[in-house]
Amino acid sequence: MATYSTNEFKAGLKVMLDGDPYTIVENEFVKPGKGQGFSRVKLRNLKNNRVVEKTFKSGESVEGADVMEKDLQYLYNDGEFWYFMDPTSFEQKAAPESAVAEAANWIKEQDLCNVILWNDEPLQVEAPDFVDLQVVETDPGVRGDTSSGGTKPAKLETGASVRVPLFIEEGEVLRINTRKGEYAGRANK
Amino acid sequence: MTGRADGATLRRVGAHLSAIRRFLEARGVLEVQPPCLGPPTMEPALASLAVPGAAADGGPLYLQTSPESAMKAMLAAGSGDIYYLGPAWRGGEQGRWHAVEFTLLEWYRTGLDHHQLMDEVAALLAQVVGERPVERLSYAEAFRAHAGIDPLAAGDAEIAAALRAAGIDLQGAAPGRDEALDLLLSHTVGPALGRGTITCLHGFPASQAALARLDDADPRTARRFECFLDGLEIANGYHELTDAAAQRARFEAEREQRRAAGQPVHDPDERLLAALAAGVPDCAGVAVGVDRLVAVAEGAESLAEVRI
Repeated sequence: MATYSTNEFKAGLKVMLDGDPYTIVENEFVKPGKGQGFSRVKLRNLKNNRVVEKTFKSGESVEGADVMEKDLQYLYNDGEFWYFMDPTSFEQKAAPESAVAEAANWIKEQDLCNVILWNDEPLQVEAPDFVDLQVVETDPGVRGDTSSGGTKPAKLETGASVRVPLFIEEGEVLRINTRKGEYAGRANK
Repeated sequence: MTGRADGATLRRVGAHLSAIRRFLEARGVLEVQPPCLGPPTMEPALASLAVPGAAADGGPLYLQTSPESAMKAMLAAGSGDIYYLGPAWRGGEQGRWHAVEFTLLEWYRTGLDHHQLMDEVAALLAQVVGERPVERLSYAEAFRAHAGIDPLAAGDAEIAAALRAAGIDLQGAAPGRDEALDLLLSHTVGPALGRGTITCLHGFPASQAALARLDDADPRTARRFECFLDGLEIANGYHELTDAAAQRARFEAEREQRRAAGQPVHDPDERLLAALAAGVPDCAGVAVGVDRLVAVAEGAESLAEVRI
């Protein structure tokens, strides 16, 4: 794997630190005029998303992390692993629950997900920004009430719950904003 | 660096440059044009950029990291008080507040010491950024206030604890003493200085004297100062070391440091040593980062905003 010198540091660069893969969030060069130069770096741990701040002497190198992003198709899960397929090579990858995390609430079979791979293994699975999911359980709709602004819980086919307007009925397909975990409207038919 | 200053900003920057020249000329300081190509810097933390084939023998010459050695040759030749306003180059320095090519103002006043020159620098800074209270702070006072240690007396363990307390986590080999002090200065102490004031930091540790003479009153310190505005280092000045033998010894120590750090090691700067041997008059000198200074005047968030 390539190594990167501090003068190549920039946001988005993936590097190894203490055995974990990190992405650089921010890099600032500081240097007293007559003194040693340093890179002050904010990095996000790609395993747990924690952001840390580290300082490197100018000219030091760090090992790059073999991290890449790919769009993979979600196939199924067996309760322990979530299986994805590369739609071009048909190669399958198993992602542990920790890598799927939040995305488990929103994805269903066939969905194309952005997956971060580290050493070719799934590290993080991101649901598409918007997904269409069917309501499997909710109180009966209040017909015609499109203005009162009230909401009620609705259970979706993936098992997740969202707040929806009162007029939504069981069996309807909704558009969900996965970034906010919110109802965004009825799905376009 | 690609700058993005608009026309109105460039006109204000230009007006500052003219006003800086008037300020110095009113004090009898003459503008000079030292050669930009010359020997490489000796300073351990600076990198000179080579211009291949520029020397008479076909070898390289180097773009100045500062006009100091050429200007001292001028002083030794009897130039009297002089200033330079123009570009300087430092390899590898690139960031929000650093640029490989930047605008440097450097001037020398014969017969003045560092405290008298600090007054003059503060007056020039006030002319550019507007009147502010002038604060004079020793390096030791600043570290006590903002890093909780006495930088001249603290042991290694105490300095390491101050780094931890400041949340500074240096990767790789543990820092040496001056490196640790530089970490605290660049991460914690410096950013706290010059907030609404013009802060002149003086009494740097003797190990960081650079080209300043040591202070007879406290030989643990050097007659070196820096000025800060809004947390940015704007100026660096000395009551100049004029003793050729002492300067040669410092060059040797710096060559040793460069060798240990794996940096290119160059021959000592004989032009500067010859100037000192010929007799540089007792003087104080200072270098000002002009791009940073006008950036502060403009309320800019980076050098790129005041350059093209």
